[in-house]
Amino acid sequence: MEEIRPRPSAFDIFLAFTHISLAGFGGVHFWARYVLVDRRRWLSDREYVELLAMGQLLPGPNVLNLGLMVGYRFAGVPGALACIAGFMGWPFAIVIGIAVLYARVEHLPLVQHALSGMSAAAVGLLIANGIKIASVLPRRWRPWLFAVLAFAGAGVLRWPLIGVLGILAPLGVAVAWWEKR
Amino acid sequence: MDEPDVLELFLHFLMLSVMTIGGTQTVMPDMHRFLAEVHHWITSKQFADAYALAQAAPGPNVMYVTLIGWQVAGWAGAFATTLGMIIPSTIMTLAYARVVARNPDTPLVRALRRGLAPVAIGLTFASGWILMESINHDWGGYLITALACAIVLRTQVNPLWLVAAGTLAGAAGLA
Repeated sequence: MEEIRPRPSAFDIFLAFTHISLAGFGGVHFWARYVLVDRRRWLSDREYVELLAMGQLLPGPNVLNLGLMVGYRFAGVPGALACIAGFMGWPFAIVIGIAVLYARVEHLPLVQHALSGMSAAAVGLLIANGIKIASVLPRRWRPWLFAVLAFAGAGVLRWPLIGVLGILAPLGVAVAWWEKR
Repeated sequence: MDEPDVLELFLHFLMLSVMTIGGTQTVMPDMHRFLAEVHHWITSKQFADAYALAQAAPGPNVMYVTLIGWQVAGWAGAFATTLGMIIPSTIMTLAYARVVARNPDTPLVRALRRGLAPVAIGLTFASGWILMESINHDWGGYLITALACAIVLRTQVNPLWLVAAGTLAGAAGLA
């Protein structure tokens, strides 16, 4: 049975994205789906996946883009701004708090070692993230060639991104367009 | 270290915002090049530290951008990088939401997604590569990186526990 749900206000959107953001230790994707689909029932699973895919394609932070589209759909521009405030405002204050605390203890050798270990683990997570998204690439040589060229250009040769993307993005899209026919 | 120019910082992040594809980690190589290699406003070590500290906080992964701005120029820097990173993408997303609303599966959008995905993957690995070079590395650090990567791929454990375990292992003298 289809239940009738009140249309969320900008304030509801602010609260939902506050929840997603503050619960999101180690990534917000899980919490975004949980809050928007399971808890508040603003979106179906299918709508969620479609909006997320679009959020990934548009420039900018993926889940923020998803939230902007959700906020805009339910409450217009105020809804979109409410999403930004809830999603980015709290962590903005928290990370600066962390930086201030860190600056006080940074000189201690123990803290330096702890942070090196923390950085090493954070890099491991980032690489795992790359491996996860790479596992969905088709097993053909062309997409992998583009991945290797992007890595070599931006990572090894340290070329400016505008050059790397300016060449690889149009070529990559053209090849994908041509390949499907 | 050179005196940072907050306006130039803001303008560069406005440009990076438009170029993020498939996640904000893809612009990290260029951020590092601009801040640490071209301008010397921040060291590679500070850059990697800011990224790691942001992982300890709740919120989206993009918050590392705020911390890097803070490291470069305090409050002004934090606002410059954070707002620079989200203003252009927000305008583009709202324009999209207004015009197209719901139609994610046209042939053009599919070609865009399939064509850009490999580039985004390559840039994600480039970010990992640059951070690895930035952290002082003996075998202990590589071991922590490899273990964190393997465990998050093979189990459902909350990644935050791995960050905590890495921190403890580092404090115990492994990194």
